[in-house]
Amino acid sequence: MEKYKMHILICGGTGCRASASEAIQNNLQDALKAKGLEEEVQVVMTGCFGFCEKGPIVKILPDNTFYIEVKPEDAEEIIEEHIIKGRKVMRLLYTDPEKKEVVSDSKHMGFYKKQIRIALRNCGFINPENINEYIATDGYAALGKCLTEMTPQAVIDEIKESGLRGRGGGGFPTGLKWEFASKNEADQKYVVCNADEGDPGAFMDRSILEGDPHSVLEAMAICGYTMGADKGLIYIRAEYPLAIERLKVAIKQAREYGLLGKDIMGSGFNFDVEMRYGAGAFVCGEETALIHSMEGLRGEPTVKPPFPAESGYNGKPTNVNNVETFANVPVIINKGAKWFKKIGTEKSTGTKVFALAGKINNVGLIEVPMGTTLREVIYEIGGGIKDGKKFKAVQTGGPSGGCLTEKHLDTPIDFDNLLAVGSMMGSGGMIVMDEDDCMVSVAKFYLDFTVEESCGKCTPCRVGNKRLYELLDKITEGKGTKEDLDLLRNLSTVIKDTSLCGLGQTSPNPVLSTIENFYDEYIAHVEEHKCPSGQCKALMQYVIDPELCVGCTLCARNCPVDCIAGDRKEAHIIDTAKCIKCGACMEKCKFNAISIQ
Amino acid sequence: MAKIKLAKSKVDKLVEICKSFNNEGSELINVLHKAQETFGYLPAEVQEIIARELNVSVAHVYGVVTFYSFFSMVPKGEFPISICMGTACYVRGAEKVLEEFKRQLNVPVGETTEDGKFSISCLRCVGACGLAPVVTIGERVYGRVAAGDVADIIKEYQS
Repeated sequence: MEKYKMHILICGGTGCRASASEAIQNNLQDALKAKGLEEEVQVVMTGCFGFCEKGPIVKILPDNTFYIEVKPEDAEEIIEEHIIKGRKVMRLLYTDPEKKEVVSDSKHMGFYKKQIRIALRNCGFINPENINEYIATDGYAALGKCLTEMTPQAVIDEIKESGLRGRGGGGFPTGLKWEFASKNEADQKYVVCNADEGDPGAFMDRSILEGDPHSVLEAMAICGYTMGADKGLIYIRAEYPLAIERLKVAIKQAREYGLLGKDIMGSGFNFDVEMRYGAGAFVCGEETALIHSMEGLRGEPTVKPPFPAESGYNGKPTNVNNVETFANVPVIINKGAKWFKKIGTEKSTGTKVFALAGKINNVGLIEVPMGTTLREVIYEIGGGIKDGKKFKAVQTGGPSGGCLTEKHLDTPIDFDNLLAVGSMMGSGGMIVMDEDDCMVSVAKFYLDFTVEESCGKCTPCRVGNKRLYELLDKITEGKGTKEDLDLLRNLSTVIKDTSLCGLGQTSPNPVLSTIENFYDEYIAHVEEHKCPSGQCKALMQYVIDPELCVGCTLCARNCPVDCIAGDRKEAHIIDTAKCIKCGACMEKCKFNAISIQ
Repeated sequence: MAKIKLAKSKVDKLVEICKSFNNEGSELINVLHKAQETFGYLPAEVQEIIARELNVSVAHVYGVVTFYSFFSMVPKGEFPISICMGTACYVRGAEKVLEEFKRQLNVPVGETTEDGKFSISCLRCVGACGLAPVVTIGERVYGRVAAGDVADIIKEYQS
């Protein structure tokens, strides 16, 4: 790497690739070639930088200049001005929205200041398709240390001491899980990486696999060493083609380097990894369901015990961990459990990666120490609510979690605190909602998801969630009664108590937490038949204020069903009988003359 | 079992796929992935041949195909439209975009237009949440889509 004087890093995460980051890479390379600089400046496509809102991101090293919203046509200017003349391209730099100052180094941006990157340490830093870059950042050093200096039990003890808990949602202590699997004797054991990230609006695991696949392979090998397994399986969603591709490259390179395969580093330890593909079923995130899916069956969960540590894949002892959990392991081995424990809170050590999305200014992927408050995440890192609107709720834990409100903003985020306030950590989706979001509709949205994803094996989840959905639908149609709210609560409790697996045991959480925290909104729906946020179609009407309408005809021209009448320069009228309530008119009106009643 | 009407070349291809996974019943999902990649969808006949080759019941194959949303028993359109209904897209108005696609093309979710050009499906999070709401048509990704943009997007593919 020394031979290059400068490096240009481009985000190759899914979001930035969708915004043409590959074209940027090509144009940068062409521009360098035209100037004869291709031997001096290296262009590297990395994993996700996290600041998806401002993508595509281009970063220049060694001066750490962070360019945002770069377009392919900006490539020439970056080379000409920055690389050759040493002048930063000011128009592509980030401007702090509050101080109105230009910030060129990401370290000083509000979005990055509070972050500590452990699981994401190499994302946006190394080329994920080049094993040498991973090795250059201490990659595979932890595996080497385990194989040559530590006994399997010593490794387990170190992980136990670190306090690492499962990042997939359950929060079970990882070291304990490894110990269980290590104590069960068998002729064959398996290490499984759960990369079936099904929570809608969450993309942490995918970003790690796309940005730093070797960290997961290394950790799986370490886990294999502790429990005496020589086979690793990665269960990954078929919907993640880029992550699959990068994992394949990583596995191939690791084999070539002798870091996977027979007699790794001359230690006599054998370990190899294979891929298994999911096919779009949320319930397969549950470990027993995942194992059945890997066996070629329907991904239905089974009762635990027996736990996978006793009888898992093909009936053999199996240890299943999530991607982010694995990504933490090499760092813990390298830097020690004591170092890791200093980060985070007493019972939830380390950091957590969140996919911050929704009505927030800085959508992106973040990693913060456990114990950071929701307020810090939403306002300091997230940059507050979009379009200056009012914060209403933050949803954590996906379809298994709950909606938290203003009064929870100062709660330090960790596994136990979130459970205590009726939500959960989940895998790390964090969706911010503003005053325009109807909480009954949000609950309905999640139930729609659960109903579709329920595997159907146990009745409370299969039938109960459907009934919950129907009740919510009735309320959003304006036909609900106050008794329905009690019914919702009762039914929710029954489903939680009697469902077979984690899906049903948590699926009523969005309903319970919204009833608890937004009771007034439910009451408005069932008693006044009004939707305070104006989201429930059946309860609203679009109207044009004749005082504000200037008769520009824009709304009428954009109405897909031609239900807006009116002459030029005259106030327009919406025919509410024909209106399909699509909202296109309100979106287009430049005079705020259209409102919902 | 119904009489197989698939062309022989296609049957051979399927037999070959099954063989590449050693005709192992436990490889069913991988076989289905490969078969769908080859044929675009998994009609009943394809499932019958796979069942025969892997020596499992057709009911078992059908059970797996219908369990996973990634597998489809109907062909997709020439331009498969997928609207992301992940939470991030949902709160940024994906539902309105979906309604508009359904209305303009006059097909429900999961079906294909009569001319075979477009099919509509919902998917859960493509991970481009910074661009929400997101619509994908084939390989192409459209970000920050509003209901008002739908007509123009469809027009791009109609010529």
